[in-house]
Amino acid sequence: MKKQLPVWLGFALALVFLPSIFDSVLGISILNQMTIWIIFALSYNMLLGQGGMLSFGHAVYFGLGGFMSVHALNLIADEVLVFSITLIPLVGGAVGLVAAIFIGSFSTRKSGTVFAMISLGIGELIVASSLIFADFFGGEAGVTGDRTYGPPFFGIEFLQDAEVYYLGAFWLFVATLFMYLFTQTPAGRMANAVRDNPERAEFIGYSTRRVRFISFCAAGLFAGIAGGLFAINYEFITEENLNALTSGRVLLMAYIGGLGFFIGPIVGAVILTLMNSLLSNYSEMWMLYLGIMFLLTVIFLPRGFAGFIMMHQIAWQNRRLGTLILPYFVTAVPALVFLAAFVGLVELSHKGDDILPFFGLSLGAESMLSWGILLALAGIGALGVKLSRPRLAAAWALANTPTADDRGDVR
Amino acid sequence: MTLILGLRRPHLRRPQSKHHQSKHHQSKPHLNSAQSAAGQSLTRRASLSIGALVCAFSFSAATAQEPVRLGFMDPLSGTFASVGTSGLNVLEFAADYFYNSKGGILGGRMIEIVPLDNKQSPTETQLQFRRAVSEELRIIFQGNSSAVANTLNQTISKHNRRNAGQEVLQINYAAVDPILTNEECSFWHFRFDAHAVMKLDVLTDFIAMNDELSSVYIIGQDYSFGQVVADNTIRLLGEKRPDIEIVGNEFHPIGQVKDFTPYVTKIASSGADAVVTGNFGADMVSLARSIIDSGLDVPIYTFYAAYDGITATLGADGKDRIRLIHTDRANPLASDERRDFYKAFKTKHPNSDITQSRLANALMMVVQAMEQSQSTDPYDIAVQLEDMRFTSIAGDELWMRGEDHQLFQPLYISKQTDEGIEFDADNSGFGLLTEYEVGTSETITEHSCRMRRPRR
Amino acid sequence: MFEVFVFATLNGLVTGLLLFMLASGLTLIFSMMGVLNFAHASFYMLGAYFAYTLSAYLGFWGGLLFAPLIVGCIGAAVERYGLRRVHQSGHVAELVFTFGLAFLIEEAVQFFWGRDTKNYQSPELFDFALFTLFGQEFSAYRGFMIAIACLIFGALYFVLTRSRVGIIIQASISHPQTVANLGHNVPLIFMCVFGVGTALAGVAGVIAGPVLTTFPGMATVLGSIVFVVVVIGGLGSLPGALIASLLVGLLQSYAIAADVGMPELLHLLGLSFDSSHPLNDLWTLNLPQIAPVLPYLLLVLVLIFKPTGLMGNREQ
Repeated sequence: MKKQLPVWLGFALALVFLPSIFDSVLGISILNQMTIWIIFALSYNMLLGQGGMLSFGHAVYFGLGGFMSVHALNLIADEVLVFSITLIPLVGGAVGLVAAIFIGSFSTRKSGTVFAMISLGIGELIVASSLIFADFFGGEAGVTGDRTYGPPFFGIEFLQDAEVYYLGAFWLFVATLFMYLFTQTPAGRMANAVRDNPERAEFIGYSTRRVRFISFCAAGLFAGIAGGLFAINYEFITEENLNALTSGRVLLMAYIGGLGFFIGPIVGAVILTLMNSLLSNYSEMWMLYLGIMFLLTVIFLPRGFAGFIMMHQIAWQNRRLGTLILPYFVTAVPALVFLAAFVGLVELSHKGDDILPFFGLSLGAESMLSWGILLALAGIGALGVKLSRPRLAAAWALANTPTADDRGDVR
Repeated sequence: MTLILGLRRPHLRRPQSKHHQSKHHQSKPHLNSAQSAAGQSLTRRASLSIGALVCAFSFSAATAQEPVRLGFMDPLSGTFASVGTSGLNVLEFAADYFYNSKGGILGGRMIEIVPLDNKQSPTETQLQFRRAVSEELRIIFQGNSSAVANTLNQTISKHNRRNAGQEVLQINYAAVDPILTNEECSFWHFRFDAHAVMKLDVLTDFIAMNDELSSVYIIGQDYSFGQVVADNTIRLLGEKRPDIEIVGNEFHPIGQVKDFTPYVTKIASSGADAVVTGNFGADMVSLARSIIDSGLDVPIYTFYAAYDGITATLGADGKDRIRLIHTDRANPLASDERRDFYKAFKTKHPNSDITQSRLANALMMVVQAMEQSQSTDPYDIAVQLEDMRFTSIAGDELWMRGEDHQLFQPLYISKQTDEGIEFDADNSGFGLLTEYEVGTSETITEHSCRMRRPRR
Repeated sequence: MFEVFVFATLNGLVTGLLLFMLASGLTLIFSMMGVLNFAHASFYMLGAYFAYTLSAYLGFWGGLLFAPLIVGCIGAAVERYGLRRVHQSGHVAELVFTFGLAFLIEEAVQFFWGRDTKNYQSPELFDFALFTLFGQEFSAYRGFMIAIACLIFGALYFVLTRSRVGIIIQASISHPQTVANLGHNVPLIFMCVFGVGTALAGVAGVIAGPVLTTFPGMATVLGSIVFVVVVIGGLGSLPGALIASLLVGLLQSYAIAADVGMPELLHLLGLSFDSSHPLNDLWTLNLPQIAPVLPYLLLVLVLIFKPTGLMGNREQ
């Protein structure tokens, strides 16, 4: 833990200074989204990455936490309850925990496909009931609240998104810390054990069911906290935040980031939030790109982006990381060219008779020259990647070979 | 690197979207002038291309005038994309046809429509709204899904209250939940479509006129709009023709029903003479198909059973059965101006139809408000819009009531047929023939709006 | 009352058998290869769209013949070049892969065919009423659907249990190494199974497209229910899938037809609540409102009390 103190310090500092760099309304909005989704994705990883439990209905705890939080905001505004809205995520967390205790009582008996399917069924049932019980869930328009009516927190009334960011960042830091600490506890460790070898865990006397149940409840708690943060940020929530699509999104975030690492979901949440927020603004075909990205990540980076970064650990220990920079660059450039050309081709075929601005050129779908340019670029890019791969492979192999130390030790 | 430029800009500085625009203008001089000189048609995606046009003008004109930027927030991708995309097409085309091709507005400024894809998700709407604020878009057109409209309305109210001087205006062109101009009315929201109760009032008049009908079956999606349709149909029919029996009032979950045949079984066994529904999209098509496939020869009174492939799919089977209540007269079109507008649109978008000419009306009224106040500030525009009387290109008399910001316009009931159709739907040969119309003054209803006006 | 029951049974039968056509392919893929194929409904959609295009040139029957073949080939290619590489990374990797594939297919469909609803009609051959019962027609096309579904079940069951190919397939699933040692090309078998599974989904699309509307959202509508059916039926069991499909179809159909709900139950118990009660939504609930979610309720109940499914013999 002591070794990691600088990491946590760096994390805290980054959280404090990020809004100074990305200070536009859009930038703050994206940062706020990230605070919510990082907590959510980390909570999901407690289930999947650490506990080996694939769940299709995790958004339920997020959503229920969010709904209760919005109702709490309304109660604060009506002065039925009086506490600062900074504590709302705790309300969300409590609701998430209660729901997880209730649902986990019967769903954690089995793991694997049975667990996954039960979670799917429960998720759908709750979404359906959210549309039926319009009094609590507000129907399809959802429930709205207002965060500015509560008692001010040291004078801040949270009128601005930027103020909410710091609240979100605080909760993000706290939640991440506690989720990390959980992995260091016996409960967290046993969750790993149960994931890897449930039979052996039973043999040493642990009830796999109870271990799973504890993980499940903890995951529900933190998902609820994320829901509370969502409620504060957007001051509303709808059944959309409970549904399978939201559950799917958090699954993808955890996976793309890397299930086997604690920071994996953080990376995944950041990447997917950026893609979701920015990609659709620039292209109608964002779903296509997203789908392709998933496919490529699954095929080439099965351990996620965090896994990709961690793959370099040996090279770093060998102090040969620097040797990889040039080969990466040589491969990356044609790869980017190919990517740009591919994107250009997709966009051009979708444009009709509009002009596609492409790095200073204006390409039209009618002109053969435009198509020719793009295809040529794609070809060059592909060729470049193909030619430079052996070199990259060789450099990689070399970087991963243990070096002989000055004392003759092999690292 | 347009993509990266676009990404960097908002993060590194306060929104300087004007600089962003001019940077784009200068980056591609020659090809654009050549292409505009070659007489290529005005582009659909105005965002960057209008900028290019302005750049071309700037070679001849003295200064490049800043465009008037209007946001259009609707689903442009995903399952509901077809409605949003057709709306965007209409709005962009109207902006070009009426204003940009004739020199622009407010002394030469072009109108630029900025698409904001909200994927019909309330959450995404929040994000796109923040993006709009980031890009200093002060006027947002939105229509699809009352749930989204509600969310946007509340978000805008909060934003406007907390950020005086940076208010945003919501131009609602299609969300028909009555509460938006009643309990949830807002100074910053204007609705350009007749709301559900207004439309039902006319629809029930039409049904009441039909002496052959003695029973009606109501079926709809189980959410606020479906419930409004059901409740008000029962109430209004009860007032106008108490002898008509409501033999069924069915709700089904929205977007979940794969096959409507079981519901049609109930309709058949109830012996209903007519069906009333507010369904839209896939739910509407499936329902209509099932009714027709079962051999039930009853008229179906709907709000949204046309265009976007629906007319083509129902085709001959829907002839003389499908009826719609809508704004803006269908065939025969009311004026030559309207005809020309439609023809020009079809030239540019042969595979699309003008499904929502309300958008053109809304745009024209907003522009008139701008011209009258010589300002693009939302407050000034709102003040001008209140109680504005306007005549559309079809000759319709439009009145925006200032008390609740609800527009009143003539309403029409049409049926699906292939006879007497000048402009068909989905290039299918079938289209809407208007059978019944009601003038503006007869559509006026009461409201319960208590609007809080901003202090200025 | 009787007429409602008869029609409800018929409707349930049709819905159930339609679900079975879709679930049969997934049974093969999910039960047998363990692949959580979230793109299964997307292949169904592809089948419908291909048939729509082909039927313009070759008629409905041409579409019925060739569209599933095309879809099956695409499926086999997906398995060969994509899934196979991902298989070793585990179930979650396969899941994400098929997720991405589902996105891709939905986007591709909108890209090539557009976003509006497609006018895909059933053939005129079946444009008559098979019989008219109590004033409502039962179209011949639905009879055709029933026949095809039964045919598919019969053929699959026969191939899997009685033919040599079927035995090899069943063996490859549980003991791939042994089968490989015996000289069979196990990867080829898996590729063919996947291809056949997706082709079956394509057939379902061709047949159901005219009835359930051909539009870009058609995969999302059926996406999760088909998993529900396979799991309720039990992994590894084709008869189980059939029974589960029929059960789900009939359950939904009866629920919609029965105009009963909480008010009747409360009346029976002698209770009543007025409309200002906080749980009013619950007291006014009726069965048709919740009909589409009954399958999920059934899923949860089955999984709690019999985790292997109704007729399943193995757990994953």
